[in-house]
Amino acid sequence: MEDFRQRIASRVAKELKDGDVVNLGIGMPTMVANYISEDIEVILQSENGFIGMGPIAKEDEIDKDLVNAGGVHVTARKGATFFDSATSFAIIRGGHVDITVLGALQVDEKGNLANWMIPGKRVPGMGGAMDLVVGAKKVIVSMEHTAKGKAKILKNCNLPLTAKGQVNLIVTEMGVMEVTDKGLLLKEIAPNISVEDVVNATEASLIISPNLKVME
Amino acid sequence: MEKVISMERVYEQLKDGMTLMIGGFLTNGTPEGLIDCLIKRNVKDLTIICNDTGFPDRGIGKLIVNKQVKKVITSHIGTNPETGRQMNEGELEVLLVPQGTLVEQIRAAGAGLGGILTPTGIGTIVEEGKQKIEVKGKTYLLELPIKADIALIKGSIVDTKGNVWYNKSTRNFNPIMATAADIVIVEAEKIVEAGEIEGSNVVTPSVFVNYIVGGEVIGRF
Repeated sequence: MEDFRQRIASRVAKELKDGDVVNLGIGMPTMVANYISEDIEVILQSENGFIGMGPIAKEDEIDKDLVNAGGVHVTARKGATFFDSATSFAIIRGGHVDITVLGALQVDEKGNLANWMIPGKRVPGMGGAMDLVVGAKKVIVSMEHTAKGKAKILKNCNLPLTAKGQVNLIVTEMGVMEVTDKGLLLKEIAPNISVEDVVNATEASLIISPNLKVME
Repeated sequence: MEKVISMERVYEQLKDGMTLMIGGFLTNGTPEGLIDCLIKRNVKDLTIICNDTGFPDRGIGKLIVNKQVKKVITSHIGTNPETGRQMNEGELEVLLVPQGTLVEQIRAAGAGLGGILTPTGIGTIVEEGKQKIEVKGKTYLLELPIKADIALIKGSIVDTKGNVWYNKSTRNFNPIMATAADIVIVEAEKIVEAGEIEGSNVVTPSVFVNYIVGGEVIGRF
């Protein structure tokens, strides 16, 4: 399980380029920060109101006035800036975030995303997710391929949507899929599994890339 | 005009059924002293506008647990299971709003605008019952302004005129809420003489602030 998560996070990190402004969602997406190459500078945005977020604060670095969007004490890099929530969402909705990485309950072949509620069961709320998915230039879903053996990559999401048609890339422990006009394109596959394994774990139709690569 | 008042003076202004905005993000930058005042006064049937409902023992969560809230307009309730429980039992009305939309609705009210147009929520249940407006071929939702009777905010340093400076991530919803209520009360971590915050560094200008109370310094959050 932990190995899955590391594989996903390290693969997502390869999508980030020097100078990108990136928002990482709570949970597994946060782990992506641990795998960013030291050769590039990525600016992390936190929707509670700052850019230039650093690693999680160690005990002696805790500043009571500095938390990330998950309420966890973090550090700020040199040149970090703080602003109100309206400015934060101007950055998000206004297209100034290059990449947002989020988890998902379901995602489908049209790029629809459901990640904010399970009616009657769990209703945490959407927080900033709906704005992030609509506003970021590139939306990456990072998640485990299935939930207890049940497909999460579907023909059509049946949970309430976070946004329609906004997802660009799906990274799971089994592979990397791009959302295209024609459907989901399987571009990379994890080592030691077959295309058939991925197809069987996916409800959506997959187009297999002629240049299918092994996921690093 | 003397803006620095005692908690007793705040106490007198709180009434059942009021609509309150309360600043903070997962209790970071939340005026805990003013929330404690609401709890002591035990006002009921409140409508609360806030980013999230905090935790059961911290921030707005304490008002939910104490059953003082009738309705909450918020973006996230996941860190306070009691909010979800009261919602499922029909004891509490919860209106979930995308965070960026919520802050713009508040900003619109404070800025005298008739609403805002946002692409957020199109194609989701958020669009239900709302007017859609097409501008240059793109569809937006019309989201209406949200106002409050009282806004309770938290400032790191506040001068005696009511100019406010916020430290780091405590800023969040506070400066926006300060513009959108009939009465704005800031809980100051530290109160200084007018002029001690350099004018260019003031985040919320004094014109938005009615009262200042000196709050205690809150620990971990």
